Amino acid sequence: MVDRSSPPPLSAASLIVRLAGIAVVVAVVAGAFAYVNGTLDPQRLTPKKLINVLETNNGVHPGFRRNHAKGVCVIGHFESSGEARSYSTAQVFNEARTPVVGRLALPPGNPYAPDNAIPIRSMALRFTQANGQQWRTGMNSMPVFPVGTPEAFYQLQQAQSPLPSTGKPDPAAVPAFFGSHPEAAPFLAWVKTAKPSASYVTETYNSVNAFYLVNAAGQKQAVRWNMVPQAVDAPGATAPEGSDFLEKDLVQRIAAGPLRWQLMITLANPGDPVNDASKAWPEGRKVLNAGTLVLESVQPQLSGECRDINYDPLVLPAGIEGSDDPLLAARSAAYATSYLRRTSEVSQLPAAKQEAQQ
Amino acid sequence: MSTQPNHFAPLARLLHWLMALMIIAMLFIGAGMVASVSERHEWLINLHKPLGVAILLLAIVRLVVRFSTQQPPLPADLPSWQVLAAKASHLLLYGLMLILPLLGWAMISASGEPVMLSSSLQLPSIVAANAQVFAFLRKAHGYLAYLLFLTVLLHLAAALYHGWVRRDEVLDSMLRGRDRG
Repeated sequence: MVDRSSPPPLSAASLIVRLAGIAVVVAVVAGAFAYVNGTLDPQRLTPKKLINVLETNNGVHPGFRRNHAKGVCVIGHFESSGEARSYSTAQVFNEARTPVVGRLALPPGNPYAPDNAIPIRSMALRFTQANGQQWRTGMNSMPVFPVGTPEAFYQLQQAQSPLPSTGKPDPAAVPAFFGSHPEAAPFLAWVKTAKPSASYVTETYNSVNAFYLVNAAGQKQAVRWNMVPQAVDAPGATAPEGSDFLEKDLVQRIAAGPLRWQLMITLANPGDPVNDASKAWPEGRKVLNAGTLVLESVQPQLSGECRDINYDPLVLPAGIEGSDDPLLAARSAAYATSYLRRTSEVSQLPAAKQEAQQ
Repeated sequence: MSTQPNHFAPLARLLHWLMALMIIAMLFIGAGMVASVSERHEWLINLHKPLGVAILLLAIVRLVVRFSTQQPPLPADLPSWQVLAAKASHLLLYGLMLILPLLGWAMISASGEPVMLSSSLQLPSIVAANAQVFAFLRKAHGYLAYLLFLTVLLHLAAALYHGWVRRDEVLDSMLRGRDRG
């Protein structure tokens, strides 16, 4: 070992300067980290804030999804028609059959909301391909999203938050929000005439966000998709009285035989808005009939297979890619936060079950 | 001549600095992605997963290198509490380098999602899908990542203390290949 003589001792001033230098280096790294994790950037919209505002508006229901909290699991499969094969390498479009675990639900974050509280229903699906890759999608019965950005969605939720003074939302806040968000016009026009359906089974469910199909040559085609039901309501059918008719209707209908939807994939023309879910695409686009969704059985959501699935729309197989629609990344991020909260509360679910029965 | 070197083997130094960059990048990527709803969220996650696996593999290589090469000794006059702190923090760093990627891999497995390193490169699941196991692993991943960040800060402060205040050979043994004397 090479012996080195100790360096001459530092003067007090020099020691202080050197220790301060170390403190500065550590503080700069820690400060940069605190900025990146949002601590020093309180204005940033985070997944936590998005989920917190949903909890503020709907109450906290431990173990349940923070949005679309009331629903039911469905089990079935997808039969590919082969029509999407030349647009996407995804196995789901190339194999004859792909198993599906899905969930039909209502949008509010309150699992005890009456079924006629809102005219929107949702369908979430997880396709498990033979190669192990998955396609998860969460679709809604509205044709467009009210707004195009996560920031606007957050403001819309804030407008519906109870005020601390009255415990009720400000009745002027939502009209004021829509007054300053003209992009919501297509959604508002739709919701004006939309009525709560009597059945999950007669609804068309729309991807709302855009995605890309990617084929073997690497060509990308922007798309949106719809699940179009085979079942139709008798004219003039309206939602029955009572608050829990949707699940009963579904159980009855599925007992009579499998329920079917066609997966219709709309191909965007160049120039169609791919990054804005508040804008519909014009009529006349080419539409592929990619295959048939067949639902064969129903399971309760508190014990069914769908309970522990996070229907993150960016869990995609090779051959399908997310678009640059900013809502997609926000949904993925916010769903992850909701998922962690509710999976941490699984042990509290039986109590919730009793609460529901009371 | 003594068999004890006064610097780390070249491969050990290469691994140290390469992994230092990767781990610090990884900590910032992780902290940033969970606090973002923008497209950055997706972009950072797609970086986080393959980088985590690369760190796991390099950490294993590094342990092999560590046990097959000679380490320079700590200065003989180092107070015993600092010797203990150095050894404990190195043990913690190695442990977290191995455990954090495994926890990330296990938590995705427990969520039931396929563990994808790219759009088509898939790792096998190492834990059966289970919501409560997922929640536990996901929290452990987050808390231990903060512990790793604090340990890295301590390591950085200690290295600078050796270089700037004690002015011994410790910092130099990782910076250069040859004795400066």
